[in-house]
Amino acid sequence: MEISLNVNGTAHSLEVPANTLLSDILRERLRLTGTHVGCDTSQCGACVVHVNGDAVKSCTVLAGQANGASVTTIEGIGTPDDLHPMQTAFRDNHALQCGFCTPGMIMSAIELVEKNDGLTEQAVRDGLEGNLCRCTGYHNIVKAVLAAARQM
Amino acid sequence: MYAFSYHKPATAQEAADLMASADEGAYLAGGMTLVPTLKQRLAAPSDVIDLTGIHGLRGIRTLDGKVKVGATTRHAEVAANEHIPVLADLAGRIGDPHVRNCGTLGGSVANSDPAADYPAAVVALDATVHTNKRAIAGDEFFKGLFETALEDGEIVTAVDFRAPSAAAYAKFPNPASRYAVVGVLVARYGDQVRVGVTGAGPCAFRAANIEAALAADFRPGAVDDVGIDYGDFNADLHASAEYRGHLVRVLAKRAVAQIGSADSG
Amino acid sequence: MTAETGIGASVKRKEDARFITGTGRYTDDVSAPGQSYAVFARSPHARAKLGGIDTSAAAASDGVVAVFTGADLQADGIGDLPCGWMVKSKDGSDMVQPPHPPLAIERVNYVGEPYAVVVAETLEAAKNGAEAVQADFEELPAVVDLKNAAAADSIHDAAPNNQCYDWELGDGAATDAAFERAHHVTRLHIVNNRLIPNAIEPRAALGEYDAAAGSYTLHTTSQNPHLERLVLAAFVNVAPEAKLRVISPDVGGGFGSKIFVYAEETAVIWAAGKLRRPVKWRAERSESFLADAHGRDHVTDAELALAEDGEFLGLRVRTKANMGAYLSTFASSVPTYLYGTLLAGQYKTPAIHVQVQALFTNTAPVDAYRGAGRPEATYVVERLVETAAREIGMDPSDLRRRNFIQPDDFPYETPVALTYDTGDYEASLDKALAHADYAGFAARKAASEASGNKRGIGFSCYIEACGLAPSQVAISLGAGVGLFEVGEVRVDVTGSVTVTTGSHSHGQSHETTFAQIISEKLGVQFENVTVLHGDTGRSDYALGTYGSRSLAVGGSAIVKATEKIVAKGKKIAAHILEAKEDQVDFADGVFQVVDSNQSLTFGEVAFAAYVPANYPLEELEPGLSEKAFYDPPNFTYPAGAHICEVEVDPQTGVVRIEKFVAVDDFGHIVNPMIVEGQVHGGLAQGIGQALLEHGVYDETGQLLSGSYMDYTMPRADDLPSFLVDTTTTPCTHNPLGVKGCGEAGAIGSTAAVMNAVTNALGVTELPMPATPETVWRALREA
Repeated sequence: MEISLNVNGTAHSLEVPANTLLSDILRERLRLTGTHVGCDTSQCGACVVHVNGDAVKSCTVLAGQANGASVTTIEGIGTPDDLHPMQTAFRDNHALQCGFCTPGMIMSAIELVEKNDGLTEQAVRDGLEGNLCRCTGYHNIVKAVLAAARQM
Repeated sequence: MYAFSYHKPATAQEAADLMASADEGAYLAGGMTLVPTLKQRLAAPSDVIDLTGIHGLRGIRTLDGKVKVGATTRHAEVAANEHIPVLADLAGRIGDPHVRNCGTLGGSVANSDPAADYPAAVVALDATVHTNKRAIAGDEFFKGLFETALEDGEIVTAVDFRAPSAAAYAKFPNPASRYAVVGVLVARYGDQVRVGVTGAGPCAFRAANIEAALAADFRPGAVDDVGIDYGDFNADLHASAEYRGHLVRVLAKRAVAQIGSADSG
Repeated sequence: MTAETGIGASVKRKEDARFITGTGRYTDDVSAPGQSYAVFARSPHARAKLGGIDTSAAAASDGVVAVFTGADLQADGIGDLPCGWMVKSKDGSDMVQPPHPPLAIERVNYVGEPYAVVVAETLEAAKNGAEAVQADFEELPAVVDLKNAAAADSIHDAAPNNQCYDWELGDGAATDAAFERAHHVTRLHIVNNRLIPNAIEPRAALGEYDAAAGSYTLHTTSQNPHLERLVLAAFVNVAPEAKLRVISPDVGGGFGSKIFVYAEETAVIWAAGKLRRPVKWRAERSESFLADAHGRDHVTDAELALAEDGEFLGLRVRTKANMGAYLSTFASSVPTYLYGTLLAGQYKTPAIHVQVQALFTNTAPVDAYRGAGRPEATYVVERLVETAAREIGMDPSDLRRRNFIQPDDFPYETPVALTYDTGDYEASLDKALAHADYAGFAARKAASEASGNKRGIGFSCYIEACGLAPSQVAISLGAGVGLFEVGEVRVDVTGSVTVTTGSHSHGQSHETTFAQIISEKLGVQFENVTVLHGDTGRSDYALGTYGSRSLAVGGSAIVKATEKIVAKGKKIAAHILEAKEDQVDFADGVFQVVDSNQSLTFGEVAFAAYVPANYPLEELEPGLSEKAFYDPPNFTYPAGAHICEVEVDPQTGVVRIEKFVAVDDFGHIVNPMIVEGQVHGGLAQGIGQALLEHGVYDETGQLLSGSYMDYTMPRADDLPSFLVDTTTTPCTHNPLGVKGCGEAGAIGSTAAVMNAVTNALGVTELPMPATPETVWRALREA
């Protein structure tokens, strides 16, 4: 099927099989490999991107559902010279180790901060319910999100 | 995923026609259950019919003490709506933020997953499930494990919930999946009490004996002596049927306590 | 100049620049032109005879390029997957190593075991093909229960009673004598639950064959690419070692599970050669659950003999260890040399005897998972000690103090074959008690009880043996390889430095930590140091990353290489400055003639080495690049004290961690920020074992906890923020005085949590994980 979508500000028209996932479109067709896939039951959150402003698991979005959408991925939120405050906070607080969950974690965290005022530690922990990290024990991720919330 | 054709009809009629003409059709609402099922090749529909393009199915309206939630309204939208606080609270605890951004009310109730949250609200909040063909009383909607009163091809269009005078939802989440191991919604409508239970049995149900006990004495302690028959309750790695039976009581008491403290506060 | 980036500084990580911008390069991010996709046909049965395999329908399926079975690999000379550590039973006989073909032949022995691989033009076509493979299975009764495995049908003809080995360590007679004179004996039956590692990046492999060169390149998710290459070349016969390059690019976590050489990458690299085109495979999470090596899974009866004053007299441990269906790469060493040797813990227990019977079952192979044997040992010792304290009415911290090895006892030879070099266990315990506000616990407990909840506190004073390992010791105990590490320090013409290491970072931060060592030792700007790893084409043969060894062994190799750089630099500087070599000092990046104002910067010396205009070429080779292999003289012994405080909701059985304190002695620390992060992650895994995680098979051998819907991974809202601190006794035998920190959190924390939960409940034994229902039942029965 033919779909069009805007990814990180660039419009794309693509011919893809209907049984293609947004995560595969991003990774395989557009070579935006920052979006990772870590599970097959929509739990781990490594694949989280923003679709029309909402954080969603791109491994659970069919090509047809993404048709016409505006998508922002980890590659679209900042540049090495002009990082998003959440990216800076993750680096400054050592909120990542192997880096695999990081793109999805950052994308979730950005939405969490943008949609909630006055975040507490517990609210951050609850808000990251949809993202698994096996390296950090979440301690520094929580710190980073709270730090970014003060900046954003 | 096996190959399939994808459709995004603009009307319920068009959707129903597509379903009728498909070898094996599947409706897609938010996709939170269907897409993982497809990914694991546990289903092989010939046609996937996305209902989110149907006009008028998304949104929340109030009318005569009822709140009508369109079938393709996302959990996050319900969670942010203030008309029925207990419904917002329940919706805000479904799955995780990403599920709430995609998952829909209609998808959840039509699926009748025994561990889904919304069904507790459908039975406890005296709901009416509207379809493209008829209106079904909430009490009559859930028929069994992944079974509802829906006929083949029938589409949920909206659910009306009756606003309670006070209510609370107590949930014991599955530690792994975050579905409900047990969820109990206690709602007061004046002197009447409705108690909806999800997670415990094959599908959501009203706990008549707890309702009776609470109608007589609306305090947590009133639930202590209610017999809970867990004979046909679910059992899995996370909870035995007996433990689920125990949780029904504990959560019902907590919901009552929460209502009580809200009343007094 | 380098104080801000040298040893001891919490420098921000170099790695992060790419990881936070989505430009990391993991195996699945690498694609080769014309690549095909592999999908494995996996056994649905835990145990079955594998009759004929009909691949015709699969081969005819759209887009399928080829279908291979175990017989195809065997016919091409592909060998079995070996186990690299020979353990001998107490009667002197060798362990049983059953044949382990990469793709099953004749028998399948666990659910998920691959028996065919389908290669196709697309992933979906390969999946279709894999579904079309028809195999005749004749089901046999599965052996699943470890406790009864020895009495069940033999899974392997070579292993009667399903026994792999029956090993012992320590003095049985002396231990028996100790129990005979004991005033009190504490006994526990302990099940150490099976865990599934679950690095968030699933395993993956991309095999390529270069027909012109006759060489293979394998990108794969390995913690030790050189070991992968050695095994695939020397044992599996995929290709000669020199014709096989293994690259582990960015790897998304390992925790042990990516040490091992698996069937999948073996089949992928072999098929790439057969098909003369690239072949790619990436595990789906459900495959990871089924076919990654699992961890732990012990059943133990343990007894501690005490004198009247609480002195430990003897320890007796009987363990059954689950090997799963086959011996994974290092499986045999985990419940023996990484377990039995640690049973002295931090204590002067004079007599210890341990027997370990390793058994095969029809479950996924079990091998090293973060801590690997040491968490199991710590759990046995620390649960026993805490229980003993409760039984004899002594404060658990006092009983530990009564028995600690004291600072002036070092070096201390344990009754279980290790010699601890240094430590100060009481210092860590004191600090942990202060952080935990132990004195205030009674008041907090009273407050919890007033609100209808229960509260408990638990300790764990662990020790681990890290820095694997002195090669000759390990080889004498059965290791099939040396366990040294290599570091190469290449000074560039402009004075920047490129380091290659054989160890591998999959979250450990080598690019930062090793650059700090260079910054410190050579005075080079941190920004001007690049650390390369994970490529057999770049570094010499070495052993990779596991057992908290990277800094203690790999870092030491780099230090040795910098010493050679400095020594050569002094010669160059002496020549240019017309001084005697022994009159040249090197500090902060400057070569200085003593008692003079004559000096050269490190960059000037490097330039002179590569542009040797004024250079003693007749005595000294040009260039400035040095390499060192480092073989550690002993293990390192990180140790610490963990204290956990929990509150239990008696209505639901939910356990909530109120406070977790970890005070660890890792020796010197290069980057405190990174070390703290390693501790946090380890704690989460140890707490996960105690409260959440459980790999469960049903009686037919089907994995019930086979996805994130059922296997409970710790999430942010399951955990508290941690309070971590350190004490320091530098390691006495490596140049950095470091010990290793990667596993400590996972080793120490589990016992602390379970000691706290049992304290809250007032029970002696409680199975792990302490799920709400488990706790609720324990309370009901108490």
